[in-house]
Amino acid sequence: MPAEIYLNVAVSGVLTGLVYGLMALGLSVIFGVVRVVNFAHGEMMTIAMYLAVALFSAYKLDPLVMLVPIAAVLFALGYVLQRGLINPFINRPEHSQFMLLVAVALIMVNALLIAFGPDARGVQTSYAFASFALGPLIVDANKAYAGLAAVTVAGGLFAFFRYTLTGKAIRACADNYAGALVVGLDVKRLYALTFAIGSACVGACGSMMVLLVDVTPPLGPTYTLLAFVIVITGGLGSMAGALLGGVLIGLTEAVGGLLFTPSAKSMFTFAILVVVLLFRPQGLLGKRLT
Amino acid sequence: MTALLEVDGISKSFSGLRALENVSFRVPEGSIIGLIGPNGAGKTTCFNVIAGVSRADAGEVRLAGARIDGWRPDQVCRAGIGRTFQLVKPFAGLSVMENVLVGALNACSSVRAAKARAGDIIEQLGLAEKRGAVAAALTLPERKRLEVARALATGPRLLMLDEVMAGLRPTETDHMVALFRTLNANLGLTILLIEHVMRAVMALSSGLIVLNHGQVIAAGPPAEVTGDPAVLECYLGEEAL
Amino acid sequence: MIPLLTDGVPRRGLKLLAAFSVALLAAPLVASDYLLTVLILVLYFAYVGQAWNIMMGFAGQLSLGHALYVGLGAYAAAALYVHFGVGPWLGLWVAMASAAAAGATIGFLAFRFGVGGVYFAILTIAFAEFARIGFDHWSWLGGSAGLFLPVANYGGNDILTLRGSPTMFYYVMLAMTASAFVLCHVLLRSRIGYYWLAIRESADAAQALGIDIFRCKMVAVVVSAAMTSLGGVLFAFYYNNLFPEQVFHISRSIELILGPIIGGIGTLVGPIVGAFLLTTLAETLSEIMRAVGIDLPGIKQVFYGFCLLGVVMFLPDGVWPPLGRWLGLGREEGDRGSGEGKR
Repeated sequence: MPAEIYLNVAVSGVLTGLVYGLMALGLSVIFGVVRVVNFAHGEMMTIAMYLAVALFSAYKLDPLVMLVPIAAVLFALGYVLQRGLINPFINRPEHSQFMLLVAVALIMVNALLIAFGPDARGVQTSYAFASFALGPLIVDANKAYAGLAAVTVAGGLFAFFRYTLTGKAIRACADNYAGALVVGLDVKRLYALTFAIGSACVGACGSMMVLLVDVTPPLGPTYTLLAFVIVITGGLGSMAGALLGGVLIGLTEAVGGLLFTPSAKSMFTFAILVVVLLFRPQGLLGKRLT
Repeated sequence: MTALLEVDGISKSFSGLRALENVSFRVPEGSIIGLIGPNGAGKTTCFNVIAGVSRADAGEVRLAGARIDGWRPDQVCRAGIGRTFQLVKPFAGLSVMENVLVGALNACSSVRAAKARAGDIIEQLGLAEKRGAVAAALTLPERKRLEVARALATGPRLLMLDEVMAGLRPTETDHMVALFRTLNANLGLTILLIEHVMRAVMALSSGLIVLNHGQVIAAGPPAEVTGDPAVLECYLGEEAL
Repeated sequence: MIPLLTDGVPRRGLKLLAAFSVALLAAPLVASDYLLTVLILVLYFAYVGQAWNIMMGFAGQLSLGHALYVGLGAYAAAALYVHFGVGPWLGLWVAMASAAAAGATIGFLAFRFGVGGVYFAILTIAFAEFARIGFDHWSWLGGSAGLFLPVANYGGNDILTLRGSPTMFYYVMLAMTASAFVLCHVLLRSRIGYYWLAIRESADAAQALGIDIFRCKMVAVVVSAAMTSLGGVLFAFYYNNLFPEQVFHISRSIELILGPIIGGIGTLVGPIVGAFLLTTLAETLSEIMRAVGIDLPGIKQVFYGFCLLGVVMFLPDGVWPPLGRWLGLGREEGDRGSGEGKR
């Protein structure tokens, strides 16, 4: 195979990886602050994807434009979920929280299955078959837009945590729960806000993802797992690590799919996870484990 | 007397903060030694290094002449050191009997024998009435006693007690002191204790080691140490008897 | 042996257990074919639930990928039978060995650093998914087209090759469930059992009492994986067909853990009670849906989801502890007690 094919596949893998990275970023933010593992993460993403598909097929609304309202809907869903269901579980054992979210995930997947059926749904945008040529490189417009959108949202998120007062307050909660309480921060509200922000991340991600793949209900657990693998690979609690891990996994999937068969591409993802756990269990950019 | 425990020049830093600096001391076989010092002096860090919970940056720890530094906590325990935690860590969902039994399994070759041993120790620590109770339902003084019972059940040569008398009423303290005296006299059990309750320390210890800012500033017989001006200044000056 | 088994069990409990056993033994005499298949399913879930409970309920390690061990057991025994004519009674050793090896690998990766919890749970799912995709592409084992065993001849029961009627499978499954129950009972009263409980309650304290945490956790994974794989062997010979997409799927892993969670994690009776409750409720639901004429493919899973949600929220210790107290059986050893344990 000529080298250009590899290059093209690598670029498309990186662009997909950026969207993965944003998804994982949402998970990482929630875990880093609320210390709850959102086992329904991928399922929330499929909800967003179905929203995007439904809006597109009914009103021809472009998913990239709908990104904002869909993120808002998921923001609200995340807020309500945290406030209503998860918050009473904050001081429960880890496995209890985990099972709570397993239950939520189970309900979400199968509710989607009942609502939309098992068939794959997708969108056909006007630019679906367009592409940009950069020298020998041919980049799908879909992937280019999705990758660009992911970078924009991630950049916004970084800025939010660095420069806004609320962002700083959330980071304070993550660093020192008791301290945050002492200085009078409304930790409950900040937790709900964080969960909502993480959910909005996957909401935005879902709108981008429909440009890349068709959605089916079982995609939910697959993405949940993928998000976990990325976060563990990148380093639990590291925002940059999540993005880096996403790109790495996207790249691996693309190249692995090219070299072997596309249906076996996630095996390479797991191989990376095992390698990381063997040689750098704290993840690429994670802090050392004690 | 020969030294059962020898701590030789251990240092330990936590991200730049020096918790222990070249700490050396000996605990003679059959003695009761008190490790005292103001809050943050490094006493618990010292315990954790000996028990294998954290690894020293430098120095050696020897039990009966054999090096044990760098060992895991379970290996240290099997080597003959039992310890309690300052913040008690009971097996909350298990009964008092089961809690102590887990410790006793370390010293016994069968569950049956361990049950018998656990029963005796529960008796000794005055927890007999509570043997069937879930540990989560115990009061703090009871939990402290459970902590001691568990450590004792492992059959240690050296028992390390981390503030087991804090929060106890004076009568309870006296009971504990009497118990440790008996164990020391009858079984020859060596004890190293961190304690803020000076009444207990003075009643028990045949020697004192004073830590301040991670360094040993005095060591010797209690009467001598408590009269040391450096000790008075750093420690007794603040928390006078 | 007998005193070892009955020691510390209330008399009333023994009587109830005896009555329950007799009822189960007699069930095929009166049960319809349909009811028998439901009971086989109940026993299957009770068995694998019991096996999972060793890891989560006893040792406190949450596995969300137990379908891996079911699948490995099923495929190992089925492949040996299909390709080499090796019967299940020999095949089960290979099944157990491969599941144990997989469990040990996962355990080693996760426990080596003392980071159980989330890491371990994720790794278990990842490995199950890895197997699902791998087996999908493994043509010797039928790949995604499935592996089929020669269909059972209902004329006679051949216990040696596990070819026979549902009644035979029922009794084999019953024997397995009963053995698992007894094994867990013995384990809980053994040295390793107490070590597991200690680790579950507080790993730090357990280690300070001389327990080699890594080794004990490894033993828990290996024992649990090997036991679970036996469920897989029976699964393969009962259903006669295996598809990676179904056997290794994450929803199989979730289904498998619902019984013990609903029944009561860490209790001996919980997995059995949970399996009974859940399977009968789910079957009743299916029957009602069928009667009403609605066909919704995900409805059973949604029901499972709400059951799990309800139990986790309102009965964190499961159904059995309160039920057991109500039956006057008191606290069982290894019980989570007040449930305010960890953290």
